Amino acid sequence: MAVVDIRKLSKTYQLGSVQVPALQEVDLQIEPGQFVAVMGPSGSGKSTLLNLLGCLDRPTSGRYYLGGEDVSRLDDDRLSLIRGKRIGFIFQSYNLIGQLNVVENIQLPMFYQGFSEQASAEHAEQLAVTVGLADRLEHRPSELSGGQQQRVAIARALANDPVIILADEPTGNLDSASGAEILGILDRLHTAGKTLIIVTHDTEIAARAQRIIRLHDGQVETELANEN
Amino acid sequence: MFLFRLKHIVRLGAKSLWMHRLRSVLTTLGIVFGVCSVIAMLAIGEGASMAAQQTIAQLGSTNLIVETVKPPEEKTDTGSQQTIEEYGLTYDDAESIRNTIPDVQVVVPIREIDHRARYLTRPEVAIKIIGTIPWYTEISPIRAIRGRFLSSVDLQYRLAVCVIDDRVAQKLFAFDDPLGLDVKIYGSYYRVVGIASQPAPAHTTTAFGADLASPGGASGVVGNVYIPLTTAKCRFPELDFRFSGGNRSAEKVELQTITVKADSSEQVLPLRDILDALLDRLHEKKDYQIVVPLEQLMAMARLKRIYSVVLGSIAAISLLVGGIGIMNIMLATVSERTREIGIRRALGARKRDIIVQFLSETLLLTLAGGVLGIILGSIIPSLVAYFGNMPTVITGGSLVLAFGISAAVGITFGLYPAYRAANMDPIESLRHE
Repeated sequence: MAVVDIRKLSKTYQLGSVQVPALQEVDLQIEPGQFVAVMGPSGSGKSTLLNLLGCLDRPTSGRYYLGGEDVSRLDDDRLSLIRGKRIGFIFQSYNLIGQLNVVENIQLPMFYQGFSEQASAEHAEQLAVTVGLADRLEHRPSELSGGQQQRVAIARALANDPVIILADEPTGNLDSASGAEILGILDRLHTAGKTLIIVTHDTEIAARAQRIIRLHDGQVETELANEN
Repeated sequence: MFLFRLKHIVRLGAKSLWMHRLRSVLTTLGIVFGVCSVIAMLAIGEGASMAAQQTIAQLGSTNLIVETVKPPEEKTDTGSQQTIEEYGLTYDDAESIRNTIPDVQVVVPIREIDHRARYLTRPEVAIKIIGTIPWYTEISPIRAIRGRFLSSVDLQYRLAVCVIDDRVAQKLFAFDDPLGLDVKIYGSYYRVVGIASQPAPAHTTTAFGADLASPGGASGVVGNVYIPLTTAKCRFPELDFRFSGGNRSAEKVELQTITVKADSSEQVLPLRDILDALLDRLHEKKDYQIVVPLEQLMAMARLKRIYSVVLGSIAAISLLVGGIGIMNIMLATVSERTREIGIRRALGARKRDIIVQFLSETLLLTLAGGVLGIILGSIIPSLVAYFGNMPTVITGGSLVLAFGISAAVGITFGLYPAYRAANMDPIESLRHE
């Protein structure tokens, strides 16, 4: 069964008196363990799709089943719960909280799911170690390089063992060496069976994906399957 | 889990407040001053009502105290070498009051003489002799601790007996039991028949009282010795001689005080007018004054009310202004941390989690201000007590109230910024730079 099942999903923004369709009747199914790249020029609806997939926004029409549950009509509290439990976010600009150290940042999603302090701290340290930050546990984001910050963000995305991991240009702010490191980690996650959805301009990242979905004007233009 | 949340929120709040130390301190000043005034207000109010209670206890709310005052000097310039100035209350006055005014429970004439007492050959002790009648206990809170107070027999037969208060007893007799022993005062011996409790030292002394005192004035007076008024009349001269510039002058005063006790507190003020009318007819000069403790009490209550209103307004205004300042800062904080809010929302924070976070931060700020205000506010009343000569009392209740007020201000003015924070669009706030 598809972990992400989108049926005729549309999103229309109201700009003044003008209705701007951002996404038009998109159908998409993603199987567990798939590595999917979403590409397209700016204004093609990539971000809108990502926001909808990430339950940050609600569609104007259509259905979105995440792990079999219809999440397209949930209220704000329920959506927050879904975000915290089933979705891991990786952002282009890392989006760590500056006042918190590495472990505390990774703890944050567990904090909102009501984990105990000790359990979440242990788990967070474990995750930090798996992304290679064992010697940076007490550091603040400002004391870390971009690549290290993004690794913290990945560890944080894994904290609640989400159903899907959404990444928005994860290497966009990084030099090629750090970018390669991050891609290596993402590859490892994929191998470990995680479902990855990456929005990117970078054809190199897209080349690693199993599927490439190209959006244009709010519609799926082409869908390629990578056979490497 | 709850503790973890609390710890996390408090630590985060403290961190972000610490990051903007100056801003936080400036922001809380309004609360600090507000809480300060609340505490000062309550301390002064509490002190005033305590003083009022003491006044009632000492002077009696149904008492009217008629005191002898020295009338303004009349420059007659007769050139005579010897003048006897005669003024003040007299035994006749007391008798007239007793006979003519209804609704009076008791009339107690009092003669006060500052003198020295001695037991055997031990050092002399400065005392105040109070010549009075047995009904003195009706108008004063003193009671006989041991033995008895003066009796009507003492009064009738002008017996040389005395009741001493416990301070005098200790000073004069040290370890001896004073009861039945004789005290020597002004050449006569008085048998101690009772020991009285010491009245609180606020008793009003008449201007004349100090004139007979030993060198050093009334300051060295240890305590009171009560003797029958009749005894005092026949054993102590009413004339007080004074030498100045080669002239010998004398003053003659019969009674220092007449205390009148009314039946009830409603009758006190009418009684004052009646007394005044009566004494005005009996006295040529204005050589007396009527002190009404009840009036002092009412004046004190008025003063307390004024203080409460003034300090209460200051407190209310500074709390309001402080609260608005805090709301302003929290709104700025919220918009500064828009992105953090977006991140938290993306990571699963519900609206109410965000509300709790920012509300806690505001509370932290106001409670810190409250604590600071309590510390400062505990100092101010002692300054008021020292410089303003007003009694102040800080009660635990007022501290709790001040703390509660700062918490209430925090919640009231923190709610809107927290609500704003919670209702931000997560997508927009994630995009916010």
